[in-house]
Amino acid sequence: MPQRPIELILLRQLASYLATPMFIVDADGTLVYYNEAAEELVGRRFEETTEMAREEWLAAFAPHELDGALVADADNPLLAALEQRCEQHRTLVIRGLDGAERRIEATGLPLEGQAGLVGAVAIFWPAAE
Amino acid sequence: MKVRLWGTRGSLAAAGPETIRYGGNTACVEVRGSDDHLIVLDAGSGIRRLGATVGDDVRRIDILLSHLHMDHIQGLGFFAPLFRSASEIHIWGPPSGRRSLRDRLTRYLSPPLFPVPLRDLPSDLTLHEAPTDAPFAVGAIGVSAALVIHPGPTLGYRLSAGDRTLAYLPDHEPALGSRHFPEPHEWLSGFGLAVGADLLIHDAQYTDAEYAERVGWGHSSLAQAVAFASAAGVRRLLTFHHDPGHDDASLERSLASASAVSHMDLIGGAEGLALDLAR
Repeated sequence: MPQRPIELILLRQLASYLATPMFIVDADGTLVYYNEAAEELVGRRFEETTEMAREEWLAAFAPHELDGALVADADNPLLAALEQRCEQHRTLVIRGLDGAERRIEATGLPLEGQAGLVGAVAIFWPAAE
Repeated sequence: MKVRLWGTRGSLAAAGPETIRYGGNTACVEVRGSDDHLIVLDAGSGIRRLGATVGDDVRRIDILLSHLHMDHIQGLGFFAPLFRSASEIHIWGPPSGRRSLRDRLTRYLSPPLFPVPLRDLPSDLTLHEAPTDAPFAVGAIGVSAALVIHPGPTLGYRLSAGDRTLAYLPDHEPALGSRHFPEPHEWLSGFGLAVGADLLIHDAQYTDAEYAERVGWGHSSLAQAVAFASAAGVRRLLTFHHDPGHDDASLERSLASASAVSHMDLIGGAEGLALDLAR
């Protein structure tokens, strides 16, 4: 496999040093990395998870509204960043891979590389109850 | 594919009796395919001497710039074919997404840094932002370009002719920020360009001790270059972009030390060295 776009490589390396939880998807929406800080919210180490296709992580994390309704793709910060190429912020609930539900604040940002969109990143943190 | 080195030094030209063996000119490599078409990798100060060997009968020349730092473009204004009206020169360089290649090159090729503006050069000059999404052909050679880790938009190139491949990554810091260098292939900058190459010309500017003091400057240590070449499974590694402060004796010592602990076929990049990849 050839290497990923350089922008993703550099972001992954930066994310690995940050204490801010980060979740990175490529241009196809495949989850390619989340950092150690995100592991507490995701409920599993990334090395144990590895990559997940868009449908897989959507099904696994089941992002939903505070009232329990599933978050529409257009309102999902990460998918909005990827598909609408705009930043979006939202409070939502995810189900961790350990089965626990967690209320989080999430901001999605598109990753525009030198040659076009290379993916998106979500920065998130626990929401105040 | 034939390769000749006209400049192997990095950052700044370093002429003097202490650099006679490896040379003092900055990055420039001549490549010729089966059709003998002239491809020039980078336009450091070494391109001046290359230009003096190009006859008036040569019409088209392609110059592939890895990036626009001074040590890779400073020889452009001294490349004789640029001043011939019969020459057709194509310069390929990294895309920036913000400013055209012409705008960026003009910062150097215009007063007060250079007396002759780019537009006044008599040759038929065409500038291309090298595509990074698909290979392109230059004469009989197929070229792939990809962005690599180095400050500012910087390309590495992979040149293929028949079953022979040359990879050129003169300024490259694949170990930047890496916790486990070399990373798995898909997370290793430059891997797709270098994988399985017959010859890899790669940045090896620093010693390990120097690298520790210069992380983020965009270059590799010799040990990192060897590790990268091993990960990419290249056949031969040619060290390049020698630090201007490294004299011939120190380069010899570093290469001998690296050869002693590596199975890599290691070649010290010396100005004037010619290689035929068919052999």
